[in-house]
Amino acid sequence: MSTLPEIALILFLFTNIVLVSSSRLTHCIQLVAVQGVLLGVIPLVFWDWQSAAPYGELVFLSLTNIAIKGIALPLLLILAVRRAQVRRELEPVVGYAFSQLFAILIIAACFAGYRHLVDDDTANAALLAIPVAAATMLIGLFIIIARRKAITQVLGFLVFENGISVFANGLMVHHGAIVELGILLDVFALVFIMGIAVFKISQEFQHIDADRLNALGDRQDPENSAAPPAYTWE
Amino acid sequence: MMYKVNHGGWLVMFLASLLLAPLLYGIINKVKAFFAGRRGPRLLQVYYDIIKLSRKAGIFSRTTSGVLQLAPIVSLVAVLMAMLFIPAGLFRSPLAFAGDVIFFCYLLGLSRMLTILAAMDTGSSFAGMGSSREAHFSMLAEAVLFAIIIFLAIVARSICLSNLLSALSLVTPGISSPAILLVAGAFFVVILLENCRLPFDDPETHLELTMIHEAMILDYAGPELGMIHYTASLKLWSFCSLLALLILPERVGGTLTGVLVYLTLIMAFAAAIGVVESIMARYRFLKVPHLVIGSLAAVLTAVSLLIFF
Repeated sequence: MSTLPEIALILFLFTNIVLVSSSRLTHCIQLVAVQGVLLGVIPLVFWDWQSAAPYGELVFLSLTNIAIKGIALPLLLILAVRRAQVRRELEPVVGYAFSQLFAILIIAACFAGYRHLVDDDTANAALLAIPVAAATMLIGLFIIIARRKAITQVLGFLVFENGISVFANGLMVHHGAIVELGILLDVFALVFIMGIAVFKISQEFQHIDADRLNALGDRQDPENSAAPPAYTWE
Repeated sequence: MMYKVNHGGWLVMFLASLLLAPLLYGIINKVKAFFAGRRGPRLLQVYYDIIKLSRKAGIFSRTTSGVLQLAPIVSLVAVLMAMLFIPAGLFRSPLAFAGDVIFFCYLLGLSRMLTILAAMDTGSSFAGMGSSREAHFSMLAEAVLFAIIIFLAIVARSICLSNLLSALSLVTPGISSPAILLVAGAFFVVILLENCRLPFDDPETHLELTMIHEAMILDYAGPELGMIHYTASLKLWSFCSLLALLILPERVGGTLTGVLVYLTLIMAFAAAIGVVESIMARYRFLKVPHLVIGSLAAVLTAVSLLIFF
């Protein structure tokens, strides 16, 4: 059994751990870009090159993955960060060291859970694909919960989506090019919209703190109370 | 899967490592000079420094107790004793016993504790700051080191250093290379942290506020300072040789080839440290725990790989 897929998956998993410990927004976006590139490489190393296969389709998918998730989306996000003039530090709800420990817990739980659920590894393209995918998805969700900025929620969503892609690759859905492309298009559109939304939010309110959006509401009736709106935007 | 028993060969390798250890600092300095576009100090400069220092007379502040004088000797002896258990050059250590890896770690701990106590003994506030940081960071480093030992102990089913290091070839083929990758990466971080190298501590700084190791030895001069330098190089050598043994496969050709590959790997790690120091800046102290916990995460991932796959 070749160990190349396992190495790629472990590298992928490790980008997650670095991601939850990194405090700079640009660094986080770069890490998600690295994940995107790894995601393009993963189907190539998963593939059983001996069997007759549509190589063209595979290479096309991998290149599209790299182009969209490794280059286009990170560029878009960096552009949004620049335009919105966001402060470069993240504002974590959960501290970095604790986030890392939590990531370790998630990974260990995913490995253990996979062992309990699945006895037969032969169906998968790679031994570690499913647990790594599950851990990535959970860490993506964790990033969405534990970071305050709207842009980090986009990042968390992207990590989550990367996890789903690894899952699909691990189960090696053959001839899934159309499905993959559809998903990629979805993600691209979603990140595009979210990027624009982040930009608009910051233009309107001078910050992109997602928590404080909860306080948004209709303006109070002027005849009921002459008091100013309960929440002021700095 | 065990190292060859060859006491003569081991003794030669042990003496060679005593002799070659300061060379590592020479290599690091050369690599850094190369990156900076300088010629740098000579490769053997560290030897000259140690010889020069040993010819001088030591000076001790009158306000100190005996700990300051005692520390360099005890620390040197502790590191030397620890090195006795390393299977140098792929030969099984003649002193190996079950559990010597714990003894190894605590000898290094003893050496560090004496350095810290001596720094406190001087009463200098900078030394106090340095020792507080050293204690904090080495605590983190020990967590990673022991996690690595746990990983190896699970594989080897033994806690003897000579068995542990040859164990990685026993891991399930599918996960062995990612596991080795994770553990070796984490161990490299431990090397940098334990030996006060760059992302954690700048060995060249002369700004007392940011020093760790250098701040602790401010009050030493003469032969004691030379002893401390030599101890530091021995410690770097033993950590590098542990990493070399960790990633070396069990059989690498004949005995001579094995020894040569082993020595080359150690030198290569010194060069790698030089590269890291040239391209990285020192981390803020707040950031250090993130990196250390990250490497702990790597090892624990490897451990859970091992347990569940």
